[in-house]
Amino acid sequence: MRIEAVTRRFGGARGVTALEGMSLRASAGEVLAVVGPSGCGKTTLLELICGLQQPDAGAVACAPAALMPQRDLLLPWAGALDNAALALRARGEGRAAARAQAAPWFERFGLGGFERSRPAELSGGMRQRVSFLRTLLAGKPLLALDEPFASLDAITRAEMQGWLAHVLVEHSRTVVLVTHDVEEAVLLADRVVVMTARPGRAVAELDVELARPRRRTDPDVVALRAQALELLGVGR
Amino acid sequence: MRRWLRPLPALLVLAALLGAWELYVALSGVDPIILPAPHGVISALYDDRDVLWSSFLVSASEIVLGALLAAVAALALAVAMHFSRALRQALYPLTIASQAIPVPIFAPLLVFWLGFGLSPKLVVIAVVSFFSIVITFLAGLASIDPALPKLMATFDAGPWRTFRLVELPAAMPSLVTGLKLTVTFTVIADVLAEQAGTVNGGLGYILLTAPAQLLTAEAFAAALILSLFAILLFALLTVAERRLLPWAYRPRGDVLR
Repeated sequence: MRIEAVTRRFGGARGVTALEGMSLRASAGEVLAVVGPSGCGKTTLLELICGLQQPDAGAVACAPAALMPQRDLLLPWAGALDNAALALRARGEGRAAARAQAAPWFERFGLGGFERSRPAELSGGMRQRVSFLRTLLAGKPLLALDEPFASLDAITRAEMQGWLAHVLVEHSRTVVLVTHDVEEAVLLADRVVVMTARPGRAVAELDVELARPRRRTDPDVVALRAQALELLGVGR
Repeated sequence: MRRWLRPLPALLVLAALLGAWELYVALSGVDPIILPAPHGVISALYDDRDVLWSSFLVSASEIVLGALLAAVAALALAVAMHFSRALRQALYPLTIASQAIPVPIFAPLLVFWLGFGLSPKLVVIAVVSFFSIVITFLAGLASIDPALPKLMATFDAGPWRTFRLVELPAAMPSLVTGLKLTVTFTVIADVLAEQAGTVNGGLGYILLTAPAQLLTAEAFAAALILSLFAILLFALLTVAERRLLPWAYRPRGDVLR
């Protein structure tokens, strides 16, 4: 995945510039976290990566990417299995074939027994796991995760971060994780890119060369977290 | 409140109204041709049961057929308008204008054009209900979270698969709401259509002719049957909604919701 000096504006002459001169690279199998203050164009960045928007200037060269949206966006009328299988049905597979492919993942993702439960009957953490599974089943080499755990309470979020780190070790993918949670970025990513506020631009990069699993209390994790916060201008 | 107790408040209000009505007719000495008492309506219901029943069958089949026709046509048009921006812009103003057509003027013209049979009734009912269904259904399609079609696009779904898997199911509750909104209007529309001219009879025809023959109680009985039929249709839609769209149905303590 490569993004070169991308600029994206919305509206006319008095519009907003969401991104300006933004560059980003990720190599295959790398987990890249992008952190920045609210409104720094993180969601725009992901939509550019997924081909949902075109840049006004600069170049985007990406492998096909599947999106995991900020809110789970599960279909309220469908059971968990059908929700996870949606990505398969979207490319034309029949209901039975899509279910058969999605079903084996439910045990692995701690969702066994909840195949028929509608989203309203699932906990927040389970909904995010179904949502992640749906994105994974899209079969794209690149996963674009948009603040996947922002809507969860702190305890569930911590659990889900541990879970996602584990899943990404087992099923290696190229990941672009957009988040405003610096700790999440340091726990999950191989590399953290720090963005400025609007217009968004990458200002710094931190390599996270720490062994997995990482603990949020590790001195190295804490130090990197402090360093990233410093770069965001909220270090003190 | 327990399930079987739920209709109680509605029944109590009904009983109080009927009691007051009965009492007023008995005490004021008003001529039953001007205002029949509830018991007079009930006995008319029994005495004229043959003609009322056959008239009901005529009206009910017109109403159900007309509503089904309207629903199918409305669904097709709404889907076409959803997919084609040009079609939507061309037809939306017309859709709104059609809601303002005064049926009492329009219905006799339709009888001129289409005769005294079934077709003018179906057209009147369809015109009255068609566009509310189109508008509520389009509103349902428009209220879908815009992130969902984007998500489907990253999963390589074309517009048709996005529609079938996401947009259509999401808009189903709006479709049922549209049907519930129009079902009472279809009853009135059928009455007006029958009054414009009919060879098959029907409850609307009785409402037109009975008062002229001083059969006021029979006219009240016909109106009562029409009201009950409207309630029945509404209740059937509510049951269908609960059965088929349980995810959209939020239980409340009301009688009909």
